[in-house]
Amino acid sequence: MDLALLWALLIAFAVLAYVLFDGFDLGIGILFPFIVGEDGERGRDQAMNSVAPVWDGNETWLVLGGGGLMAVFPLAYAIIMPALYAPITAMLLGLIFRGVAFEFRWRTTRAKYLWDWAFAGGSMLAAFAQGIALGAIIQGIPVSGRAYAGGWWDWLTWFSVLTGVALMVGYALLGSTWLVMKTTGSVQRHAYQFAWITGLATLALIGIVSLITPILNPVAWGRWFAWPAILYTAPVPIFVGLAALVLFSGLYAQREVSPFFAAVALFVLSYIGLGISFYPYIVPPTITIWSAAAPDASLKFLLVGAAVLIPLILAYTAWSYWVFRGKVGSTAGYH
Amino acid sequence: MELFDALTLARFQFAFTVSFHIIFPAFTIGLASYLAVLEALWLYTGRGVYMSVFNYWKKIFALSFGMGVVSGIVMSYQFGTNWSAFSDKTGPILGPLMGYEVLSAFFLEAGFLGVMLFGRERVGKGLHMFATSMVAAGTFFSAFWILSVNSWMQTPAGYAINAAGQFVPADWWAAIFNPSFPYRLVHMVLAAYLTTAFVVGAVGAFHLLRDTRNDSARVMFSMAMWMAAIVAPIQIVAGDMHGLNTLQHQPAKIAAMEGHFDTQRGAPLILFGWPDMQAEQTRFAVEVPKLGSLILTHEWDGEVKGLKAWPPADRPNSLIVFWTFRIMVGIGLLMVLLGLLSLAARYVGRLYDWGGLHRFAMLMGPSGFVAVLAGWITTEVGRQPYTVYGLLRTADSVSPIDAQAVGFSLLAFIVVYCAVFGAGTFYILRLMRNTPDIDEPDIERGVPMRAAGITPASALASEPAAGGKQGG
Repeated sequence: MDLALLWALLIAFAVLAYVLFDGFDLGIGILFPFIVGEDGERGRDQAMNSVAPVWDGNETWLVLGGGGLMAVFPLAYAIIMPALYAPITAMLLGLIFRGVAFEFRWRTTRAKYLWDWAFAGGSMLAAFAQGIALGAIIQGIPVSGRAYAGGWWDWLTWFSVLTGVALMVGYALLGSTWLVMKTTGSVQRHAYQFAWITGLATLALIGIVSLITPILNPVAWGRWFAWPAILYTAPVPIFVGLAALVLFSGLYAQREVSPFFAAVALFVLSYIGLGISFYPYIVPPTITIWSAAAPDASLKFLLVGAAVLIPLILAYTAWSYWVFRGKVGSTAGYH
Repeated sequence: MELFDALTLARFQFAFTVSFHIIFPAFTIGLASYLAVLEALWLYTGRGVYMSVFNYWKKIFALSFGMGVVSGIVMSYQFGTNWSAFSDKTGPILGPLMGYEVLSAFFLEAGFLGVMLFGRERVGKGLHMFATSMVAAGTFFSAFWILSVNSWMQTPAGYAINAAGQFVPADWWAAIFNPSFPYRLVHMVLAAYLTTAFVVGAVGAFHLLRDTRNDSARVMFSMAMWMAAIVAPIQIVAGDMHGLNTLQHQPAKIAAMEGHFDTQRGAPLILFGWPDMQAEQTRFAVEVPKLGSLILTHEWDGEVKGLKAWPPADRPNSLIVFWTFRIMVGIGLLMVLLGLLSLAARYVGRLYDWGGLHRFAMLMGPSGFVAVLAGWITTEVGRQPYTVYGLLRTADSVSPIDAQAVGFSLLAFIVVYCAVFGAGTFYILRLMRNTPDIDEPDIERGVPMRAAGITPASALASEPAAGGKQGG
């Protein structure tokens, strides 16, 4: 059995789970400043309460992605983290601001607006930094020996800024369709509008990034535009089109659940597209999953735990979402 | 020349972020267990006061836990950003251990936290108790794995070194249960319980000073003082055993903690002094003859190694660990003293109305945090100049990154941590100032979501009232 490949799939799963789970609650933070009007504060309460019981679990997937990378691909972890030093630091700081806001904004009336901004600003910063990190990995990381060989501004290019914006917009789409599903009244009406705007923008940005990626990366070019590989990869854009159809028809018909899952499908398909472009490289363009992998003894040891614990985690996470199913209550009881 | 090199800045950044971080788990490990005990007592006795105390501390737990989570994520990425060489070399062993921490602890805590905080009327008493227990179990598992990691860095075992220079697993059991791990785990978990107990005791004492009849304050103070009386002495014994284990595996650390520079038989116990690394002597030493040998070797004339037995480049900084060790021990003794006084007060029936005892307990409120920090500084600075003791030097562990980058991020962390966690501490203190009511309400924003058919108003009103009635 190819343990390195298996672990690459597991880490990819953890990162995807993070992007989807934390994506919608970061997205709510990104939309926060736009939830305004006479009901603005109640609307923001409602939006935040829709994720308050689950955000912590959502963010844990990020720790699994990072910690898991160190465990099973320590070389990749040791190269990627210094290469993305500034975006990672910015992401961590953003996550601090938005994470504490979940509790802090209920503990003060005078400074509540400050924590609203902390939640919004932190979410935007974290999302933008994650998108930049993605772009920086796509465009390639210079390596010498077993270490990062570039400077600490290399991550900053027009392409990485583009992917940063794209991820923010995509998270905002997840967030707005989540709000469509979980809220009522004026917040939901706002959310439908956000979903239209961010949906169209997300689709456009997916298109642009997908066209540029093969230009930056010859391996990806061969996968997407050369015969006969195109036979295997063509379904991806076709399914993207279908997901977009479900999204927009759902929004048009004012459906509450299907837009969210269509947005999720867009993310999953884009993610599969990235996988197709970069397999088997974990640090493009030089380090493959096999050269970065820890020894089999490490991979096996953690795999035993993962095989038992990840299904358990998914089970109780599902239970927690089930407990908090349904529409969000109309904001705080008594303050 | 730059004023600070990347190594110094990276070390300072780790010390700063981990010191801030450890405060929250040290508190929440104990508090999660305390909450589980309170809820179990409420279920068992039906006395509403336990639910009131539970609700009171649950709000404080939510705040501290949130801060622990976000400051913890920083740690899990900092290994890579600032210590990439360390991560590459130790990843095959330490990575899976931390992976187990994520899988068995972080998800468990986070998965059940939402239900614990917001879900009582959605899941019923039994499942809620289960959720609280899972959060408590998660905090313990987390301590288990991360202390195994830390202990492996202190007393590495069960490893081999491969061609790429990485530490690779040879025997997982030996690596996880490395020689210093059992001692460190017991010492730290007890420290977390004591930290929580002294915070709870101080809050109870504060409210008893205002109103000796407040039932919730009485419950808090009494439970905390039992912990002080029972656990503080046990901690002294556990700490002593941990110290003897350190002497066996890291004698240089002990020499630095004791301020011993010369190897000698019948070494004195230096009570106070000023270890001077350059002059290789402890100045102004106030010492008790032969007691050092007796404590460390259990013989009057036992030989105790001094720092001069190691080359200067291999010595940990004695000035720092000498003093942090004494601060920790001093606080430990004060904790025992408070425990004994509380026993006396309990015996004569003055536990709830002896103002002097309450003032002392309030003063001791933050003592656990200080002791935990002092203890960690002792063991971590004492591990220097290595990250993996005797095998990998700190200087060879750092990332190939500009000092500027480390410096800027350090500055950002300092500013953000002081602002954010300063505000958090302020909110926690404000919650602690609120008098605990007999029917202390659940988390104030009530239920964040409602299922179809249950109106939030009734959900909010029913529960605390039910607790109060049972208590009355």
